[in-house]
Amino acid sequence: MFEFCADPRSLEGLQWLGCYLTTATHFSFYWSFVIVLLLLAVTAPLALAFGFAGASAARSHVLPVSWIGRGYIAAVRGVPDIVFFLFFVIALDQGLEWFKHLFVCDDLSQPVWNNGEFRVCPAAKVPLGTASPFIVSAYSFGLAVTTFAIVFGAFAANVLYGAMNAVPRAQLETAEAYGMSHRQVFRRVLVPQMWIYALPGLSNLWLILIKATPLLFLLGIKDAVYWARELGSAKTSGNNPYPHGDWRLFYFLALLVFYLVSTRVSEIVLTRITRRLSRGQATRAGEEMRKGGAAA
Amino acid sequence: MKKLLLASALVALGSGAFAQDSIKIATEGAYEPYNYIDQATGKLVGFEIDLAAELCTRAALTCEVIQNEWDSIIPNLQSGNYDAIMAGMSITDERKKVITFSDNYTPPSKSAYMAAAADANIGEGAVIAAQVSTIQSGFIAEQAGVTLLEFASPDETVAAVKNGEADAVFADKDYLVPIAGDSGGALVMLDGQDVALGGGIGVGLRQSDTELKAKFDAAIQSMKADGSLNALIEKYFGPEAEKF
Repeated sequence: MFEFCADPRSLEGLQWLGCYLTTATHFSFYWSFVIVLLLLAVTAPLALAFGFAGASAARSHVLPVSWIGRGYIAAVRGVPDIVFFLFFVIALDQGLEWFKHLFVCDDLSQPVWNNGEFRVCPAAKVPLGTASPFIVSAYSFGLAVTTFAIVFGAFAANVLYGAMNAVPRAQLETAEAYGMSHRQVFRRVLVPQMWIYALPGLSNLWLILIKATPLLFLLGIKDAVYWARELGSAKTSGNNPYPHGDWRLFYFLALLVFYLVSTRVSEIVLTRITRRLSRGQATRAGEEMRKGGAAA
Repeated sequence: MKKLLLASALVALGSGAFAQDSIKIATEGAYEPYNYIDQATGKLVGFEIDLAAELCTRAALTCEVIQNEWDSIIPNLQSGNYDAIMAGMSITDERKKVITFSDNYTPPSKSAYMAAAADANIGEGAVIAAQVSTIQSGFIAEQAGVTLLEFASPDETVAAVKNGEADAVFADKDYLVPIAGDSGGALVMLDGQDVALGGGIGVGLRQSDTELKAKFDAAIQSMKADGSLNALIEKYFGPEAEKF
């Protein structure tokens, strides 16, 4: 990056460090933090959507819909995360290719699963073998987002389901007494009031989601933890311009700072949201705010 | 019926051959000097990356080398995420049950011990570090009275010796020698304890990809014949390395 970095072996002290920290691998390391944040930004709303759909389905008066909702919540919550991330991703990937295989391949006589091998014709590959590296990364990123959203959606569904049940029955009855239909009660009274009950559970999930992002490497995405391990591992002098010993400790300390900072920032934001949502609610916090407002 | 099957098999082979002009090769990217990430540029480099480029030129294939974790490198080959493995993978009977190998592109390599002191115990009661699912970890597991300590990456096996968790690390000699040389005497190779394991390193392929195997075999043979493979081995492993 800097001109004086051309011959790292002749450098010392801060100059060496400056060059070392601006190598292409280090920029990949810095970029991986952006990837992690991007993943969080995309996954959280998607997981919430999955959760909302799951919870609404579980509450449905139509039995099959309710079964689907409950089944989703129970099945995903019961499977260990690591199994989900190893098995489900492969299953989803192979499932997509198998499905595409049925439509685009000319020769369907060969078995797809054979002798431990999974084989579809080149045209059925997802992404295609000729796809650009960007498409390949986007696809694995998409797989990661989907998997995270399904797993965390199930937990969110359970939280929201509980929150919906926690809204005081009197509130709903009053709405019904005004002549609102089921849907109107759900949309105008239940949903606006349930968030305050859901927030503690959802904030837990958010923090767990932040910590779960290192699972990304299982999905073939080079995340911050991968780069910390790769950059921190000892480098011999033979082939590396910046040889050093085992520096993983320092890199993991940097990760620690990153995760602690993001946890702290989340806490501050969540406290604000809690305050905002408590306003006018029939909860203790809402009541206190009302009294505080009246006194002032 | 038989003819029909044969015909469809030929069609399958034909379409396969066309598509295989472009293939993906997986490597671990953490096994210097076989395959590793270039510190300055972040690109995959090493003996196997150079070798892959040359083999693909000779076999008229368009190749892309991608990185995959060692643990899942064989399952991902089988589920078709890439078409070949070149990751310092020794040819063993165990692996041959699952995948197939091209001809070896390095001679059967020496595995060696590295420890904190030259008089370190590697016999009865010793704790030896090795990378998981490697030919070396398999060897240590069979030694009576020796405890095997497995790690996911080669780097961690060396760290285990440094922090005293293991008495010695057992790995490919070519991997350990530069590390011992750099350590300033903190780590030493245990001379005279080398073990020759496996049938050399080869390209790992799906068992059904017989055509691709033939292409790699031919390319490796031609590199062995004109001496370019030996030159490449010497470039990466030094003049003392074993050659064909």
